[in-house]
Amino acid sequence: MTLLGLYNYWIVVVLMMIGFYIVIAQGNLVKKIVGLNIFQTSAFIFFISLAWREGGTAPIALPGVTDYANPLPHVLILTAIVVGVALTAMGLALVVRIHEAYGSIEEDDIHQQDDPQ
Amino acid sequence: MSEHLPALQVVIALTAAPLVMLLNRLPRVAWGVTLVTCWATLLVAVLLLLQVLDGSAIHYEMGGWAPPWGIEYRVDGANAWVLLIIGLVSAVVMPFARRSVEQEIPADRIGLFYSAFLLANAGLLGIAITADAFNIFVFFEISAIASYALIAMGRDRRAVLASYQYLIMGTIGTTFLLIGIGFLYIMTGTLNLGDLAARLPEVTDTRTIRAAFGFIAVGISLKLALFPLHLWLPNAYSYAPSMVTVFLSATATKVAIYVLLRFVYTVFGFEFSFVELSMAWVLMPLALLGIVIPSLIAVFQDDVKRLLAYSSVAQVGYMILGISFASALGLMASVLHLFNHAITKAALFMAVGCLVYRLGGVSLTRMAGAAERMPWTMAAFVVAGLSLIGVPLTAGFVTKWYLLQAALMEGFWPVVALLLATSLIAAVYIWKVVEAAYFRAPPEDARELREAPLALLVPTWVLTGSTIVFGVWAQFPVAAARNAAEALLGVPQSW
Repeated sequence: MTLLGLYNYWIVVVLMMIGFYIVIAQGNLVKKIVGLNIFQTSAFIFFISLAWREGGTAPIALPGVTDYANPLPHVLILTAIVVGVALTAMGLALVVRIHEAYGSIEEDDIHQQDDPQ
Repeated sequence: MSEHLPALQVVIALTAAPLVMLLNRLPRVAWGVTLVTCWATLLVAVLLLLQVLDGSAIHYEMGGWAPPWGIEYRVDGANAWVLLIIGLVSAVVMPFARRSVEQEIPADRIGLFYSAFLLANAGLLGIAITADAFNIFVFFEISAIASYALIAMGRDRRAVLASYQYLIMGTIGTTFLLIGIGFLYIMTGTLNLGDLAARLPEVTDTRTIRAAFGFIAVGISLKLALFPLHLWLPNAYSYAPSMVTVFLSATATKVAIYVLLRFVYTVFGFEFSFVELSMAWVLMPLALLGIVIPSLIAVFQDDVKRLLAYSSVAQVGYMILGISFASALGLMASVLHLFNHAITKAALFMAVGCLVYRLGGVSLTRMAGAAERMPWTMAAFVVAGLSLIGVPLTAGFVTKWYLLQAALMEGFWPVVALLLATSLIAAVYIWKVVEAAYFRAPPEDARELREAPLALLVPTWVLTGSTIVFGVWAQFPVAAARNAAEALLGVPQSW
C-alpha cells in the first residue's frame, strides 16, 4: 500500500526513464528534443508533487486556513519551466540550422555526410 | 558602493548584454561596450579577492532579503579565486576578439554574438558567486544556453551539430542537478548552501540524501566533462569560433569543478563524501583513465584545435585526481590547476586562433612550415605548450609539482609514475604540432602567409607571458589556492 501510496513518484520515475530512453535511442533530432522535454517534465512533476501536504489547501492566505501546500517548489518550477522553454527553442533552432546545412535531421544520415566511409 | 560589489559582479555583465544586442548595427561599439564590461568585471573580481585573501567571507543579501528566504551571494577564498579566473580570461580575450570575430562572424551578427558572450560570462560568474542551490541551476542554464548559441556560430557546419550534442548532454546534466537539489530540499526545507550544510547532518544517513549526492555528482560531472562523460567537449571546442573556444576552455569546465567542490566539501562535507561514500575510489580511476585515454587520443589528432580539446579533457582529469587524494594538499593542487590550466590553455587556443586567422584552418598539413612566417605566434604556442607539459619555470610545472607531492604524501607510487608518463604523452602531442610548424615544408598550394596582426598577438603574449610569470613567481597563485582550499575545508591548514 505504502509502495503504491506514493504513486506520484512512480510516475516521475517512469516519465524520467521514458524521456531518457528517447534521448539516447532516437536518431531523429526533433524526437530527441521531445525526449528531453519529457525528461525535464518528470523533474517538474517531482518538485510540484513534493510540495503537497495531506489535507492542505492552495497556498492562499484565507481566514481559518493553517494547512497549505508549500508554494516555494511551485515558484522554482515556474522558473525551471521558463528555462525548459528556452532550451527547447534553442534546440529546435539548432535543428533548423542542421536541416539547412545537411538536408536531414536523422543522426545516421548526418554522420554519414560528414565522414563518408 | 563597495558593499554591493558581489551583486555588481554579475549585474554589470547581465545588464550590458541586452544593451550590446541593441548595438547590433554598430559592431565596433558593441565590441567596445563588451570590452569595458569585461574589464569592469575583472576589476570587481580583483577587489573581491583582495577582501577575502585573509580567510574571511563576504555575505550579501540579494534585494535585502535575509537568507535563507532571500538569495544570498557569498564570496570566500574559493569562489573569489574562480571569479578572478573568469574575469581575467574574459578581460584578455576581448582585445583578441575584435579582429578574430570580425573575420569569423558575419557583420550583421557581431552585436548578437557579443551579447551571447556577455550572457555566458554573467552566467558563469553567477554560478561561482551564488550561495543558493537553485540559483546555481538557473545560472548554469543561462551560461549554457548562451554557450550553445556561441558554439553554433562557428563557420563549419559541424559547429551546429556540436552545439546540439552539447545541448542534449548539458541539459541532462543540469536536470540531474535539479533533481538532486529537489532531494536536498525535501529533506532539509532549504536551498541556501550554508543552511543546507547546517541541516544535513541530522538526516545524512538516509537514502534520499545519498540519492541527492549521486544525482548532483553525476550532473555536475557531465558539465565538467569528467571522463567518460566528456563526449560533448571535443566537438564543441573544435568547431566553435576561436574566441569562444578560448573563453569556454578556460572557464566553463573550471566553474563546474568549483560547483562540485562546493557541494562535496561545503554542503555534504568531507566526512560524508569521502569517508561514508568513498567518493575518492570512484573519482580516482575515472581521473586516471581520463588523463591517459584522452591524452593518447590527442596524439593521433590531425586538427590542432581538436588535439587541444582532448588535452583539455585530460587536464580536467588532473584536477579531479587532486580532489580524489582527499587531502588538503591535493585539493590545493586542484584549485591551483584551475588557474594555471586556464591561462595555459587560453594562451594555446589564442595562438591557434592567430593561426586560424591567417590560415583559415589548423590541420597539421595546412599549418606545415607556418613558423617561418608566423614566428611570434608559434613561439607563443611553444612556450604555452611547455607549460601544458609541465616544464620547470612555467605555471604548469607548479601544479604538477604540488600534485606529485600530494600523491607522494599518500604513497600512491603508481599514480606518481602515471603522472610523469602522461606528461611525456603531452610532450608528444605538443611536439607533433611544433614539428609540423617548424620542420616541415609548407604545402605546395600554401597561401601567402604573414604574421598575425598585433591585435591578436598582444593578448596571446600577455597570457603566454603570464604562464611564465606565474611559473617563476608562484607565491601569489599558491597563496590564493591555499586560501581557497582552506575556505572549502572550513579549517585553517598548516601547509
